[in-house]
Amino acid sequence: MSNITIKVNGGTHTLNIDPATPLLYILRNDIGLEGPRFGCGLGQCGACTVIINGAAVRSCILPVSSVKGEITTLEGLSSNGKLHPLQQAWIDEQVPQCGFCQNGQIMTAKAMLDKVPHPSDAQIRESMNSTLCRCMTYYRIQAAIKRAAKAMA
Amino acid sequence: MTLSAVIPKHVEEALRTHRRGFLKSAGLLVVSFAVSAKNSAAAEPAGPYPDPDFRQLDSWIVIHENNTATFYVGKTDAGQGTGTGFRQLMSDELDIAFDKTTCVMGSTDITVDQGGSGGSTAMERDSWPMRRAAAEARRALLEMASGRLGAPVDQLAVSNALIQVKADPSKRVTYGELIAGKKFNVTLTGANVNAVTGAAKVKTVQELKYTGQSLERDDIPAKVDGSQKWVVGVKLPGMLHARNVKPPFAGAKLTGIDESSVRNLPGFIKVMSKGNYVAVVCEREEQAIGAARALKTTWEKPATAPFPASEDLFQHMRGAVPTSASDPIVMGDPDAAFSSAANVIEAEYEIPFQGHTSIAGAHAIADPSNGQMTVYSNDMKSYSMRTGVAAFLNMPRERVRVVYMQGPQCFGRSAAEDAACEAAWIAREIGRPVRMQWMRHEETAWDTKGPAFLVKTRGALDPAGRLVGYEYSARSCDYNHVGYNEHDTVLIAQLMGSRRAKPARGSSEVPSEVYAIPNRRMAGEVVSLPLIWETPLRTGNLRDPNGPQSTFAAESFIDELAAAAKTDPLEFRMNMLTASTADDAGFRRARSIAVLKAAAKAYGWDPRPSPKPLGKGNILIGRGIAYSFRGQTVVAQIAEVEVNRQTGHVWAKRLVCAHDCGLIVNPESLRRTVECATLHGLSRAIHEEVRFDTEKVTSVDWVSHPTLRHADVPERIDVVFVNGDPNPNRSDLRPFGAGEAALKPMLAAIANAIYDATGVRIRRVPFRDARVLAALKAANV
Repeated sequence: MSNITIKVNGGTHTLNIDPATPLLYILRNDIGLEGPRFGCGLGQCGACTVIINGAAVRSCILPVSSVKGEITTLEGLSSNGKLHPLQQAWIDEQVPQCGFCQNGQIMTAKAMLDKVPHPSDAQIRESMNSTLCRCMTYYRIQAAIKRAAKAMA
Repeated sequence: MTLSAVIPKHVEEALRTHRRGFLKSAGLLVVSFAVSAKNSAAAEPAGPYPDPDFRQLDSWIVIHENNTATFYVGKTDAGQGTGTGFRQLMSDELDIAFDKTTCVMGSTDITVDQGGSGGSTAMERDSWPMRRAAAEARRALLEMASGRLGAPVDQLAVSNALIQVKADPSKRVTYGELIAGKKFNVTLTGANVNAVTGAAKVKTVQELKYTGQSLERDDIPAKVDGSQKWVVGVKLPGMLHARNVKPPFAGAKLTGIDESSVRNLPGFIKVMSKGNYVAVVCEREEQAIGAARALKTTWEKPATAPFPASEDLFQHMRGAVPTSASDPIVMGDPDAAFSSAANVIEAEYEIPFQGHTSIAGAHAIADPSNGQMTVYSNDMKSYSMRTGVAAFLNMPRERVRVVYMQGPQCFGRSAAEDAACEAAWIAREIGRPVRMQWMRHEETAWDTKGPAFLVKTRGALDPAGRLVGYEYSARSCDYNHVGYNEHDTVLIAQLMGSRRAKPARGSSEVPSEVYAIPNRRMAGEVVSLPLIWETPLRTGNLRDPNGPQSTFAAESFIDELAAAAKTDPLEFRMNMLTASTADDAGFRRARSIAVLKAAAKAYGWDPRPSPKPLGKGNILIGRGIAYSFRGQTVVAQIAEVEVNRQTGHVWAKRLVCAHDCGLIVNPESLRRTVECATLHGLSRAIHEEVRFDTEKVTSVDWVSHPTLRHADVPERIDVVFVNGDPNPNRSDLRPFGAGEAALKPMLAAIANAIYDATGVRIRRVPFRDARVLAALKAANV
């Protein structure tokens, strides 16, 4: 156990914790954030995705001691009560079914759009390809990403 | 040790006002449930929990002081929009503005038992008692207003929860003023919950205002802004974390547990074991995961192999003695038709086990406080879960309740039910709340499976190329199909040694078209694997339990017959639907014709026999069609695929689905559900298969068990809604099911498109690259 300090969505948290603990469990169980979720624990599905230093990161396999930089979760995307354009596009396209994976879809899309503001269809497919949805909402996710890209232009 | 005496505040809030985000955006005050006429769970935390009485109007509808209404329905909604749909229908019947309503679903102590979800029955069956209850509430309110305003009911007008005297609109009273804080005390009639009714009649289709509109789903905002409360997020005071240790070999017997291997790990509480069931309990989640991995256990392999390896499955099924057989459905004289046929075609199709493989592991939280058992679950059948958990723990049913919350998709009898019994048993033994969650490898290996099918078909064509004789004979590997929340067949019960005297017989359905084929014989048999209990290959309902399998065979074969007759596959089907027969009153036939026409028109179908002349390039393009019924919902799917000759890769570039489910409650919500079911069918066509060796399931994660991904998604999906009712404007147009039907013909549509593109018929699901490539090479394509 050791004291570890992490920054999440503008706040700072110091925890006495096993430094090998994957970040996901700390975000969920110690800080009380429900955006990132456990899907596979293997870094294969993306349900646990958070953004660190602009990159979409799979928090289920990231030891908390390796976190360098501020963490943004789904809860941290909106600002001043206004939804991020991606979140709004998700509502406008009525994307989710069960919604369990959508954290990963939105956060992965956010990291992509921050780097590539006007992605081609092929770029969307490639960037999103390792983020899985078992309700199969992919078609609407891709439409929502295009809609958000337009809104952000 | 602190035990939780009540549902935690954040959960309570989520349950009571889980449409809060929506209500806020609609400018509404949050309804205060504490002062509602209905007793809230918070007021009675300790139980027992009697069943809400479905014959009491107050069980269905509460009207609040601020003239808003809360609907309480016995259904669950994992994101297909049924909750929003129920609000639309009930708002219409009650005559209240949609945005002044909210809907509470699925928790056993506060909503009547409508069975939760399943069988695509939400709109088709279960919306009716809701509508009749809402209509009855409107009638009761009009009666109250008549007394209050001193005017007969027929001189009153009602709109948006406001009742006015027609002749003098200044005489008015709102629903809230009439009833808030009081109970209706109206007793409904009906032998069961499905038949429940008051004296009022429901409205005609033409009178419905919100029904038919694409209103935004009310569960979506919280799912995208992070505020959604999920079962996985429930935290109770003193809650512990549990993880299972599954047998490493199917049918293995536990011979030893070395507790010293985990005793000194941080947070370790206990190893729980009975029979072959083993779990580890720790203070923190990651500690439980670590301890489950570290626990040393020894197991004895079964004397005989529990099952053949997956590559030998169909050989096993061919040679097995059936455990049951349905009576064949025989029409005309098939033997005579075959003996006089100009051309007889035969084929055999193979569909492997496919899993639910939910996006997250099964989970549940169980709280044993106060001598009760509260289970938090996303299982779509919360009501039978309550009964199952009570029976499993041998507790009175009244002391058990299930709090329904959101979670990953179930699509049928998933492992959510197993996790609930595991959490409840451990919680009771330890005396503290317990959170159980399955890991990825457990979920993918041990979740219930859709049964494998082996189907033989035979067709007799006459000299004119007409199908005059047809035989369909299926074997499903479905013996000991587990039901919903059965206390003696949940996995923990099986591992603890429970053996039902007579396992469920399983099913092997026949296809569901209405082709006019004068002579036919259709039959289904069920076969078993050697290991019946404690097996990871246990079967259970998976989204349209037999439909994708039987329809893959049946609609692939119709295409094979069309090709043999050198007839366009759409025309071949149409000819059999427009031919006159005595076996159909016309309703299903008319709607079959309408969806096939609509799909062909939307796609731009070019009539010609399949296959098309083989292309020269690397990418071969083809199109295929398939159609089927599920209940009274009829679907036609057209797929356009690109097949890569070098790699065998299949990409469905374009999909067109024509869909007739009668009355449409919310078109855009339905469109999403149909798109997703279509893509689920695509995933099962090209990716999904449970793989195993002779000891265990070997497909255990998203690499070894592939699923559809973003790169697989078609460039375009068109969903066309059809109303093929012979009397389309009827005032009593009924809604039919829509959660499953679109999936059913997809596997065949893709196979037929691959054939059209390549001339190669793939009769084995899934159409992964290697299988397709091997078939192309074998045919010198």
